[in-house]
Amino acid sequence: MTNPSSGTDGEKTGWAVEISALNKWYGDFHVLRDINLTVARGERIVICGPSGGGKSTMLRCINRLEDWQRGRVVVDGKDLTDDPKQILAVRRDVGMVFQQFNLFPHLTVLENCTLAPIWVRHMPKKDAEELAMRFLRRVRIPEQAQKYPVRLSGGQQQRVAIARALCMSPNIMLFDEPTSALDPEMVKEVLDTMVELAGDGITMLVVTHEMGFARQVADRIIFMAEGQIVEINEPKAFFEHPQHERTRLFLQQILH
Amino acid sequence: MSKMLQLPLRSRQQWASIALQAALVVVIGGLAYGAFINAADNLAKAHIASGFRFWDNTAGFDISQTLIGYSPSTSTFGRAFWVGLLNTLLVASLGIVLATALGFTIGIARLSRNWLVARLAGGYVELIRNVPLLLQILFWYNAVLKSLPDLHSSISISGGAFLNNRGLFLPRPEFADKFDYVAAALVFGIVATLAVRIWARRRQERTGQPPRTLSFAFGLIVVLPLLVFFAAGAPLSFSFPEVGRFNIRGGTEILPEFAALLVALTIYTAAFIAEVVRAGILAVSQGQTEAAQALGLRSGSTLRLVVVPQAMRVIVPPLTSQYLNLIKNSSLAVAIGYPDLVQVFAGSVLNITGQAVEVIAITMAVYLFLSLVTSLLMNLYGRTVGIVER
Amino acid sequence: MVAADRIYLREAPAKLLPAPVASTGVVGWVRANLFSSPGNIALTIICAALIVWIVPPLLRFFFFDAVWSGADREACLPSAQNPEPGACWAFIRAWSSYFTYGFYPLGERWRVDLFFFLLAFGIAWLAWLGAPRRDIGAIYFFIVLPILSYVLLSGVPIIGLPDVPTSLWGGILVTIVVATVGIVASLPLGILLALGRRSEMPAVRLFSVTFIEFVRGVPLITVLFMASVMLPLFVPDRLAPDKLVRALIGVALFASAYMAEVVRGGLLSIPRGQYEAAQALALPYWRMMALVILPQALRVTLPNIVNTFIGLFKDTTLVFIVGIFDFLRTIEAARGDPHWATPITSVTGYAFAAVFYFVCCYGMSRYSRNVEARLARAHRR
Repeated sequence: MTNPSSGTDGEKTGWAVEISALNKWYGDFHVLRDINLTVARGERIVICGPSGGGKSTMLRCINRLEDWQRGRVVVDGKDLTDDPKQILAVRRDVGMVFQQFNLFPHLTVLENCTLAPIWVRHMPKKDAEELAMRFLRRVRIPEQAQKYPVRLSGGQQQRVAIARALCMSPNIMLFDEPTSALDPEMVKEVLDTMVELAGDGITMLVVTHEMGFARQVADRIIFMAEGQIVEINEPKAFFEHPQHERTRLFLQQILH
Repeated sequence: MSKMLQLPLRSRQQWASIALQAALVVVIGGLAYGAFINAADNLAKAHIASGFRFWDNTAGFDISQTLIGYSPSTSTFGRAFWVGLLNTLLVASLGIVLATALGFTIGIARLSRNWLVARLAGGYVELIRNVPLLLQILFWYNAVLKSLPDLHSSISISGGAFLNNRGLFLPRPEFADKFDYVAAALVFGIVATLAVRIWARRRQERTGQPPRTLSFAFGLIVVLPLLVFFAAGAPLSFSFPEVGRFNIRGGTEILPEFAALLVALTIYTAAFIAEVVRAGILAVSQGQTEAAQALGLRSGSTLRLVVVPQAMRVIVPPLTSQYLNLIKNSSLAVAIGYPDLVQVFAGSVLNITGQAVEVIAITMAVYLFLSLVTSLLMNLYGRTVGIVER
Repeated sequence: MVAADRIYLREAPAKLLPAPVASTGVVGWVRANLFSSPGNIALTIICAALIVWIVPPLLRFFFFDAVWSGADREACLPSAQNPEPGACWAFIRAWSSYFTYGFYPLGERWRVDLFFFLLAFGIAWLAWLGAPRRDIGAIYFFIVLPILSYVLLSGVPIIGLPDVPTSLWGGILVTIVVATVGIVASLPLGILLALGRRSEMPAVRLFSVTFIEFVRGVPLITVLFMASVMLPLFVPDRLAPDKLVRALIGVALFASAYMAEVVRGGLLSIPRGQYEAAQALALPYWRMMALVILPQALRVTLPNIVNTFIGLFKDTTLVFIVGIFDFLRTIEAARGDPHWATPITSVTGYAFAAVFYFVCCYGMSRYSRNVEARLARAHRR
């Protein structure tokens, strides 16, 4: 992919995501404190930590659903500034899956998937539908294409949401607690889909408490608490020899 | 649960239920019968005719605003009924259009990120909703329009219009024969625009090019008729109102009663519509907007493709009842003498004929019918905005 | 640097910094809410201009240039000291007792005052959700108060309260009476109609649905016309009720149809399980309704009930059209008084009426919103 001269002084970085000295406040509350992170292309990152620790907020800064007061986020070589064009350009290439699915209830499953390809990528309807069906087959629910989202189970809805994001052929996928709103028996079907996706070499950033998934898929695990990145490590080391006191405490709580 | 226990209980309940229903029927029947006997008796004593023969009798009273031909000396009560009904429909339909426009504007303004805009819109809603409509109508009529200067010191408005306490006098357009071409061009423009839109949608499906038909629409609907208008030698003249000694001649007149009623209905109903719109937009969760933005949709497309369709489904049912309220509220015309259905029919006609039962029954039937038709139309519209899911 | 970043351990916690000044405090608030973009700045300027255009003249009219005292119209005409007089409050003061009591005899007005007090007491008892024994309050409001009020206002000569015919009643008294009768009658009638609409008995259901939909489909003014013109025809001459009573019947019937729909909404919000649980306890129908379903349904729908009252209160002005001297009608009558005829008399009268209705309705709507917020909190818990 060619890279227009963006904020990085014309020098193309190899990073998919580059966050430096990011600070964010909600009113007087300091939610993100001095975040520095670089994610290589194709890397799979799992972010965990206690709730309210700023995980989702950081993730949402990457496609600028949240803005920030200080610091810099560069995605795919594009510097995220206030420039709406730049923001749209980043969002086009970054897929996102939400905790609450956020499918469009007034559109069928198929229409949910073709909306952005048609209106953002200006794809002919037929091509968009073929594309959508391909991804719906991949998440194994092609037979639901003509239904409305409310007719689907939570797990099916979340898989549609994944297909919808994939239809934009993103370079990076963001998952914001994709299984937290699901009934226990549906968690697996969504995780399986995500594991498959991880095999494709797409860059993934996943906020989740599913430690099994983290162990199986992640290249690195990030532990966040109180708005800071406390520890980053490879899964084996992270689980077997957590360095920070805070990380150890957290792992004890969720693994036992 | 055991059937043996239930059976006797059931049958006792059934008997009680039948007895209760029979009693209800008897009571209502008795009341109706008594009312009928008494009414016949009272009407006979007062020498009031019954039945609908009055419909074809000569009315003999004047009406200040008539959309169809009407003369007090020859027209019938039936004609007066239609005049009143048309006046009701006129003020109600204009009111619905204006109140919708104003209401949507204010409802959206209430959600503005600009604190001052949101607060002003909120103040409007609170103030207007909490003051009775009748008071507002009286205010506009007596305190504003009736206190305008009289005929001889009419306020003249640029463009040849006059405003005084008898109403607003506007130039009346007079169309020459060639104006037909302009009208034809306009109709053509509208049809062609629709055709272009359909074509653009098809092309989008085929090639993916997004439909951009705004400039086409402008050219076809505005520019083309204007060109034809000038090419045909501007076939339009105006008859300007002139202030005479006792009245104003020429032009066309808007009654202060009509204006006051329309303004009050619009302003009042808009406050309620604003609340409906606000609730409808708030009902679309933040997550929907975020999901659309995360897919890279522009904010305009997000609104048009995701937020508005969902909001409309929430808005349509309560909006319908606001429209019904507006139609029913237009009957307050009677307080300031705007000749609507209630003022003409349940007022003048009732007073002259004395046939209260027939006149009130017809009036109520008309409003029931209007309510029914409006609900039906809005249901159809509701179906097109797709209340499919759920 | 790159490699070092791959694995990371925070040694010392990041500093908690205060938010940049530009994003918090007054400055941040103003920037975010008023001047966040060029379009926003333009809107702010337009609105500010609008406020400057509207508010000072209103303040001048209501307060600074208003005439507070005077004997007749002379006081409110333009003069050297006050070339553009504002509201003629002197006119309101001169007519204030008429606005309150109508032509109610001077010597008997204490009865009206007592009625106002008894009513206010009942409203406070019911509206204050934490008040003791609100069930007795309900009995007081819906049974004791109506009887007491009738005795007080209409009079019973035997116990020393002379008759006061309703033709002498007027002003705020009539407005309050119409509204109160509407409220007191419409709630029980509305509950009955709502239960009737959900009844399993076809005749009852048919009657309820027909009544509710018919009344909601026609304007109040036609119902009032019907009550005032047709009702006298339907009863024998000697039983013909007086004008105010006819209007009260019309208002009560009208309000009960709307109340029925509000109550029905409340009933619909009660989960099936509540009915099933009550039936499992073998409660008969009326017990189940009175003890289990209605208390919950009325509680969740209380905000809507209050909103219906607001509508009813505003609608009381319509009795004006059938010739009842309610508050608005007394304003209409007074503003035609030649003693006080000035260019601003009408505006003053309407402004006064608007303030009265606004205070009452806004008060009720604030109350209903408070209840709603409380219910939402209780629900979340």
